[in-house]
Amino acid sequence: MNWDAWLPVLVVASSLLPGLVIFFLREGNHRMRTLLNLAGAVLKLVLVSSMIWGVFHEHVYESRWTLAPGLELVLHADTLSVLFVTLSTVLWLVTTIYAIGYLENAPHRSRFFGFFSLCVSATVGLALAGNLFTFVIFYELLTLATYPLVAHRGTSEAVRGARIYLAYTLGGGMLLLIGTVWLYVLAGPTAFVEGGILGTLPADYHPQLKMIFLLLIVGLGVKAALVPLHGWLPQAMVAPAPVSALLHAVAVVKAGAFGIVRVVYDVYGVNFADQLGLLTGLGIAAAITIVYGSVMALFQDNLKKRLAYSTVSQVSYIALGTAILGPIGTIGGVVHLVHQGIMKITLFFTAGNYAETLGIHKVSEMNGVGRRMPATTLAFSIAALGMIGVPPVAGFVSKWYLGLGAMEAGMAVWVMPVLIASSVLNAAYFLPVLYRAWFREPGTAWPAEHIPAARFETNAALLWPPVVTAMLALATGLFAAAPYSPLEWATLIAHREYGL
Amino acid sequence: MADTPIWLVALPLAGALAALLLPRLATAAAIVTGLLTTVAAGVLLFGVATQGALHYEIGGWTAGLGIMLRADGLSTLLLLMTALVVLAASIYASTYFRKTYERARFWPLWLLLWTSLNALLLSGDLFNIYVTLELLGLSAVALASLGGKRAAVEAALRYLLVGLLGSMLFLAGVGLIYAGYGTLDLTVLARVLEPGPVAWPALALMSSGLLLKTALFPLHFWLPPAHASAPAPVSAVLSALVVKAAFYLVLRLWLDVFANVITPASANLLGLLGAGAVLWGSWQALRAERLKLLAAYSTVAQLGYLFLFFPLLLALPAGPDRDLAAGGLAMLALTHGFAKAGLFLAIGIIQQRCGHDTIRELDGTAQHLPATTFAIALAGVALVGLPPSGAFLGKWQLLAGAVDTGQWWWLVVTVAGSLLAAAYIFRVLGHAFGHRPYPNQPVTVAREEWPALLLSAMAALVLGLAGAPVWGLLEIST
Repeated sequence: MNWDAWLPVLVVASSLLPGLVIFFLREGNHRMRTLLNLAGAVLKLVLVSSMIWGVFHEHVYESRWTLAPGLELVLHADTLSVLFVTLSTVLWLVTTIYAIGYLENAPHRSRFFGFFSLCVSATVGLALAGNLFTFVIFYELLTLATYPLVAHRGTSEAVRGARIYLAYTLGGGMLLLIGTVWLYVLAGPTAFVEGGILGTLPADYHPQLKMIFLLLIVGLGVKAALVPLHGWLPQAMVAPAPVSALLHAVAVVKAGAFGIVRVVYDVYGVNFADQLGLLTGLGIAAAITIVYGSVMALFQDNLKKRLAYSTVSQVSYIALGTAILGPIGTIGGVVHLVHQGIMKITLFFTAGNYAETLGIHKVSEMNGVGRRMPATTLAFSIAALGMIGVPPVAGFVSKWYLGLGAMEAGMAVWVMPVLIASSVLNAAYFLPVLYRAWFREPGTAWPAEHIPAARFETNAALLWPPVVTAMLALATGLFAAAPYSPLEWATLIAHREYGL
Repeated sequence: MADTPIWLVALPLAGALAALLLPRLATAAAIVTGLLTTVAAGVLLFGVATQGALHYEIGGWTAGLGIMLRADGLSTLLLLMTALVVLAASIYASTYFRKTYERARFWPLWLLLWTSLNALLLSGDLFNIYVTLELLGLSAVALASLGGKRAAVEAALRYLLVGLLGSMLFLAGVGLIYAGYGTLDLTVLARVLEPGPVAWPALALMSSGLLLKTALFPLHFWLPPAHASAPAPVSAVLSALVVKAAFYLVLRLWLDVFANVITPASANLLGLLGAGAVLWGSWQALRAERLKLLAAYSTVAQLGYLFLFFPLLLALPAGPDRDLAAGGLAMLALTHGFAKAGLFLAIGIIQQRCGHDTIRELDGTAQHLPATTFAIALAGVALVGLPPSGAFLGKWQLLAGAVDTGQWWWLVVTVAGSLLAAAYIFRVLGHAFGHRPYPNQPVTVAREEWPALLLSAMAALVLGLAGAPVWGLLEIST
């Protein structure tokens, strides 16, 4: 084993080992826990940076471990996995800082941070998975690691939300497992290869391959919250704000979307999937989800619920980009994986700040909050404008490429109306919030002011994470053409997938 | 190396005698015996892995007159699992039984049970198997009745009658074989047995006796009360090992000795009963009000999965696919052994600390014991069959076999059973989250909690991540 084989393992272990140690820490050992968390997060960032450089220069990082004859656990870094690993590593660091501030003096912190680290390890593992078998393992681990986080508050509502989450994701996991086993019996170990591996199978396998595709996509669609499999997501918003951030931006929903990208590009191959006529169905499901999520978001007064439905809608942009044949559509979908993550985590951080600082949970309570918490509200506004697709925030870049890609692929007839409708609806559910926050007079008192205004409008650990991620959302849009930007990286991915 | 098999029987037997004669030192004797026997099992595994199957003739007497011990990959794996489970349960039992007279009654029987388990796994002919089966049944019944309450004694009495009926059926089959073929040696029989009027009724008699003992649906009626009312360390061993010993014999007879006699229809019948066990057992576990009853019904269900493999193994041609499926079967059996033992030990801790094991009233109480709760969660992962447990790899082979042979219905049963298992496990774990303050230290009572935690971790992590050698050790299909 040399460095190239160890690196993927170390990237996973840098959050796994601290997490395991944290479980065994005494509850009061606050300093050690923080140290382990941050050391792990920073170490992971350093390791991932070296991985980015290596993958760009076509270095091969791969580790293998045999679990049973013919079943190998493979961690392999390619352009797509590096994109997702980087996203979750950066956002994990930010979320950890936020969670330390958010959970100050709350009970069960060792349990929380232990599972928090496991959750990120599972995410990084599934990002680095080198075959479908490995992906399934980490996909299920992710379910297991997030269940305690959703149930963390222990109220009957939280336990109920967690149970619904589990019922959906385990059910989806089973379908994914069946599809994977079936594919394994047909085609052997299904390694992820750019351009796909199934195109060479004889034509009489095609009906079976279509069935398998359906099983895989439905299994993944549960986590990606494709309508009608999205029911768990609005329920899971009872979780604490850092967990919501994790569910919506870093880990769970993204894992589903990432899986769809993997299956289409690196298992079936996008051209072969198109040849089987599978992309249209996926595109229609994504389009329905985009519109449905936006419409539902309109009617939510609870801020987190509104954001949850917004996630349902926004994540399907990734699936939509996957369904659009051609490199430009691919770029749009893949880059949205990153852009949506950065913007949505900002929104959930700020929603958490309103709740923790002033006790605001509903949109109708947000009148004039911009005067009391200007920095938080500014971050919220940037992210919301990005979601609508206003330039120069990141979301604009994604939509631009999706639209261009659809035109190029001759799918503009139905993709463009969906994109426009979604933008209008996004504006319809975000702009009134911004109007209230900035221009309405505040009421006489906030619902429950927990943290008084001092030097900052709220705790520093709560304030800085959303400010930083909002700046990131702005920067990824402004400097989209800079080297190593998400857009440039997505372009690299598209080039390698299409063999350009 | 060649005489290790005899140590695996002699050591626990000597320990049992020591515990009987020196009641004050019984606990110490048991722990020392446990450690030594575990080492012997490890040595044997190493020997079988390097040199292949071992044969040992006691006192140099050849088969026919003397007693043959034999150890191959499958039996050695089960011997090692038995040793690890019994050792962990012994450590737990040393704190579970607090009164001297309880210990004096418990340890000799406990070590006798271990002796008979090891002897059964090492036996190479049908008569010795019958003797060890009888010995195993009797010591298990005596241990199950140690709870002393009326329910425990009643359940143990039913257990005794069922066990005797099972042994009698088995013995009748053995008699037929001896009358027909004049030998009881398994290796010889495997060569000479032919389908016909002797082999079929003999197989039917022996199998029904064993199925009764392994509690295959619908012959499981005696298991839940017996396993649920025994003391916790005893329940652990009954559920994890004793029923599996009978299953091991079914496996030996069907895949090895009677391989020429088996018809696809009979294998399908076993699969069908297994499917019934999976669905009915999981459903009853979901409805159970007490933790121990949940665990006992879960055993019924988990044994069902093992029987689902029979129609697949029969349909697959000899070759790598069949070996993979056979390895999956062994992996599932091993994982269940560790997981179920860990689960029962953890339940024992909850029962002693909280005074009850009613699932509905677990709120908060489970939180005072985070390590125990975690042990239940790990065992649960293995029982559901989620990664990274060994059961995941086992079920993968089960699903792959079902797809490969086109027997989709077993796939549906497996998936439905897994989802039901998730439902009953998370029904328990949902109670672990609540507002009660967390104790300052995660592991609260080390000697009680570590055995359960280690057994569960063995099932949920070690077997799944480092279990590949299991496939290398098996040679069922040859």
